[in-house]
Amino acid sequence: MPWASVFDNVWLPLRLQGISRAAAAKRIAEVLERVRLTGFENAVPRELSGGMKMRVSIARGLVTRPRVLLMDEPFAALDEITRFKLNNDLLELWQEQKFTAVFVTHSVFESVFLANRIVVMAAKPGRIFEEMRVDAPYPRDEAFRTSVEYAAYTRKASDILFNAMGGIPHVGH
Amino acid sequence: MSATETAKHVPLPVDAEEQRRQKMQRAERIGAWVLPALILVLAVFMWDRICVWNEIPRYILPRPGDVISTLYQDWAILSGALVTTLKITFLSLLLAVVGGVGLAVLFAQSKWVEMSLFPFAIVLQVTPIVAVFPLINIYVGDQLTKLLLCAWIVAFFPVLSNTVLGLNSVDRNLLDLFKLNGATRWQTLRYLRLPAAMPYFLGGLKIAGGLSLIGAVVAEFVAGSAGQSSGLASRIIEAGYRLNAPRLFAALLLISFTGILIFLLLSWISHLMLRRWHESALTAER
Repeated sequence: MPWASVFDNVWLPLRLQGISRAAAAKRIAEVLERVRLTGFENAVPRELSGGMKMRVSIARGLVTRPRVLLMDEPFAALDEITRFKLNNDLLELWQEQKFTAVFVTHSVFESVFLANRIVVMAAKPGRIFEEMRVDAPYPRDEAFRTSVEYAAYTRKASDILFNAMGGIPHVGH
Repeated sequence: MSATETAKHVPLPVDAEEQRRQKMQRAERIGAWVLPALILVLAVFMWDRICVWNEIPRYILPRPGDVISTLYQDWAILSGALVTTLKITFLSLLLAVVGGVGLAVLFAQSKWVEMSLFPFAIVLQVTPIVAVFPLINIYVGDQLTKLLLCAWIVAFFPVLSNTVLGLNSVDRNLLDLFKLNGATRWQTLRYLRLPAAMPYFLGGLKIAGGLSLIGAVVAEFVAGSAGQSSGLASRIIEAGYRLNAPRLFAALLLISFTGILIFLLLSWISHLMLRRWHESALTAER
């Protein structure tokens, strides 16, 4: 909500449940701290960078302590550096709270880095094409991003995606 | 003074290009005020000269000085009339806001209500008020109510149509967010639709401000010819009958100043409400 402060934006889901500003304040402060936005409570969205706006959205999603978090291409519009950073943040949050996240992305790299299960979808008709597991241990960090294991997983995911789009897999695979 | 301190006070070097741009900006800022003022002074001076050169009698075209002194001398009459006109203008603007926003909220609740009622709002808007007034004159007894109704009919439409547009142009993603969180209709209206409609509403309000003054003056004109009225418009008619051109001009001047003031006031309110978040209130620099 572009007219509302960061605090009010995060408060919204609680407010809709009838929780007052004072009663919500503690939880909002907690969740803002977790997405590292403490001190920006009174800023309005246009005063924030793209990555910070995304973190406000995440905070707004987390403030109700949901068991499932649905994220539809949340970081697609961000630059790569910010995206990597938010991916790390998201994994950290997830490790702390152990919610289930359904994360939609067009990026093979992002999917392998974040997920333990990747479900590849195909279009026309929209359907689940294939599912693969990523069994690399958490926490995953920058070292994982450049590991051989990571490269192998991305290759596998790419191939499945390629097939899902009706293509032919790599020669010799 | 130490070396670091000196360094702090030395302004950053500015290249010629940047200097020229700053100079242009400064010139533009000054010009935006000075040029219109200059033209105004010139026009008033020419008006005065034309009156003198052509020996135009003051009951046809008074000299600017006459108008100013009339404004001063007749202040007792004119200020009373101004208050009457202002009262009708602001009351009708208030009613336009209440009625316009109220109807808009009603329309936003249901497509069916909007479909059934909106045409009537348009009919009310496009029918010239001067033509409707004789009817109002027959059916409404009280003078104030008569004028208010008239000014309201003229002023409420921009508020209504802009607010309806605003209430319906809510970001779909935000609507989904509210739905996902189980928001009630009232909550969606209160926390989402109304704030989102604010810029549109304020745009409509700016137009309605001018229109309510026009409505008030027109209503008085029509009512004035029917008899009892005491606003600025009836002073103008009266002055016209008596060939009192200076007072006519003075009253005209007051009306146009009122219009300018209303516009500035509403623009300022709009700026205050939107400056933190809306694109329209942002300055060019990012």
